[in-house]
Amino acid sequence: MSLFSATGVTKRFGGLTALKDVDFALESGIAAIIGPNGAGKTTLFNVFTGLYTPDAGEVRFADHSLVGLRPDEITALGVCRTFQNIRLFKAMTAIENVLVGMHARVRLGLWDVLARGPRFRGVEDEAWRAAGGLLERVGLGRQLHTEARHLPYGDQRRLELARALASRPRLLLLDEPTAGMTGAEARQLMGLLRGLVADFQLGIILIEHNMRVVMEVSDRVTVLDHGEKIAEGTPREVQTNPRVIEAYLGRRGAASAAP
Amino acid sequence: MIRQPLVAIPASLALLIVSGLAVASAPRSILAFLLFQAAILFIYLAAMPWWLRGAFLGVALLVMMPIIGAYNVYYLEIATQVGIFAALALGLNIVVGLAGLLDLGYVAFFAVGAYTWAIFGSPQANQIFGGGFPLAPGWFYVFIFVGLAVAALTGVLLGLPVLRLHGDYLAIVTLGFGEVIRVLANNLDKPINLTNGPKGITPIGRPPVPFGIPYAEFSYFLVLLIVLIVIVVNRRLEDSHIGRAWEAIREDELAAQAMGVPLVRAKLLAFACGASFAGIMGVVFAAKQVFINPESFTFLESIGVLAMVILGGMGSIPGAVLGATVVTVLNLQVLKGFSLWLNELKNAGVVILGYPLASLPTQLEPAKYERMIFGIILVLMMIFRPQGILPARRRQREIEVTAEEQKSVTT
Repeated sequence: MSLFSATGVTKRFGGLTALKDVDFALESGIAAIIGPNGAGKTTLFNVFTGLYTPDAGEVRFADHSLVGLRPDEITALGVCRTFQNIRLFKAMTAIENVLVGMHARVRLGLWDVLARGPRFRGVEDEAWRAAGGLLERVGLGRQLHTEARHLPYGDQRRLELARALASRPRLLLLDEPTAGMTGAEARQLMGLLRGLVADFQLGIILIEHNMRVVMEVSDRVTVLDHGEKIAEGTPREVQTNPRVIEAYLGRRGAASAAP
Repeated sequence: MIRQPLVAIPASLALLIVSGLAVASAPRSILAFLLFQAAILFIYLAAMPWWLRGAFLGVALLVMMPIIGAYNVYYLEIATQVGIFAALALGLNIVVGLAGLLDLGYVAFFAVGAYTWAIFGSPQANQIFGGGFPLAPGWFYVFIFVGLAVAALTGVLLGLPVLRLHGDYLAIVTLGFGEVIRVLANNLDKPINLTNGPKGITPIGRPPVPFGIPYAEFSYFLVLLIVLIVIVVNRRLEDSHIGRAWEAIREDELAAQAMGVPLVRAKLLAFACGASFAGIMGVVFAAKQVFINPESFTFLESIGVLAMVILGGMGSIPGAVLGATVVTVLNLQVLKGFSLWLNELKNAGVVILGYPLASLPTQLEPAKYERMIFGIILVLMMIFRPQGILPARRRQREIEVTAEEQKSVTT
């Protein structure tokens, strides 16, 4: 029984078939989804996290079907994501962003908030400390009270990661986590991801364009092109797959790259 | 000097005394009362220990203000109006400032609260139930909560159909909703006479006043108490996961939902909370005015409250209170006083640059400048200080891992 599986996922937008009968499964560890621009990678993430409802197919996480659930319900079940075009709460501080990420885990009602009793204060203090700890872990320990919009680009990506982690997910979906980072920053982030997988038994699915990152960090790689899965396997298998090379380089490129 | 406690504390004291004496010696002077208000603002902003600030504000609002009211009861009326609008601004601040849901029909909830008490606190309800009304004046206190509940319910009912709307579209729908409530109030005099239509409802019962306090003073204290409660509730909501969820929705709705914020519940809660404050004040307003009709709840009132929130600073609690004060005092006092003064000049036959004011055409009468000057102030504010007079400050707190320091304070 896998942690996460998708079978036969199809998504159409008018006449365009963005995803066609895509199967995907993750037992544990880090899986990468790669493919040229417009291949349907982000659409697949949007289907996984409830932003889109698939026209056909099934998405399962642990014992639950995710199809038809709202994004916040999916987050509450333990699947959280980041966005390709960083979507932080810009006017809020770094730590407030992380605190919002904890929303699904806060067990307090309106009366607790209005009465502000010891229970509320206990939960709130704990949340602030946990949020501080998460920011520490992603390397933003000194920017707790900086508004998100004032953070440099790489830090914003790290903050988005911390915010997603705050919901205590068992599966994390990262949409181009190293985009805009320097090589050193990207390597550092990959180390962090490896650590998270080891510490929290966290499953991670990455969309990534940086092939060095993909090859180094992922256990499995899935390749999408024009909404279809064209290859799947270990990084090494995928790297030498002629269909993959063709998708990236075109037919002539594939011919010259073939041994 | 406002940042130096050694200067600020004596300065606050001096300002309070001077302004108090000024009002006492010239009860009709607008400037004296403005000085008193400035003293209160100064105390709020000046650097001093919280208990001293509380003591100063307590003296100013609980002791000096009622005494000023004894000299000139109109000032007490202004202070009460400021309080009513402060509560409205604080309610709208939740919806617009925190949750970012632009509501142009907010006064509808005020109307709902007002009509709730007006109908049952006057003989009007006899038209519906046959007899037995008005309710005894003591019911007023129960109806504060009834007004809260009815307005909150109305807020949810408005919220449900507009959940998927943002920005401009939401603004138009709420604007329409505000008009619907007013038009309903105007026309629900048949087939069953609920609201008595444009004629309005009167006399609306006033609550029994303890210790024989004059009603103006009682009304002032009641409004002050409600505003204090509203501020506390507002602060607690804002500084909790609920308030953070609202702000997250304002910043990026889609990301907020992806982070686990249930949009429907959070938005409906924002509408309900905002509406409930207006509902409470509606009940108080109906009793204070004794007479209400649909004209008290026009679109312009909604815009006025929105102007208070934006002028004070979106999402800022002190901003909402200050905005309510500035707009109310401008409208009731400063601009009125200004046009009266111009009128006096005109009647006295003053000549400016060889042009006698008395021969001004009626289209240019001073009273007509009031709205224009108010508009110019809004325009200038938005150009030069778009974040508002007292913009919202981000909450910070020290986070320590050690157990002793868990009781950290919000600064």
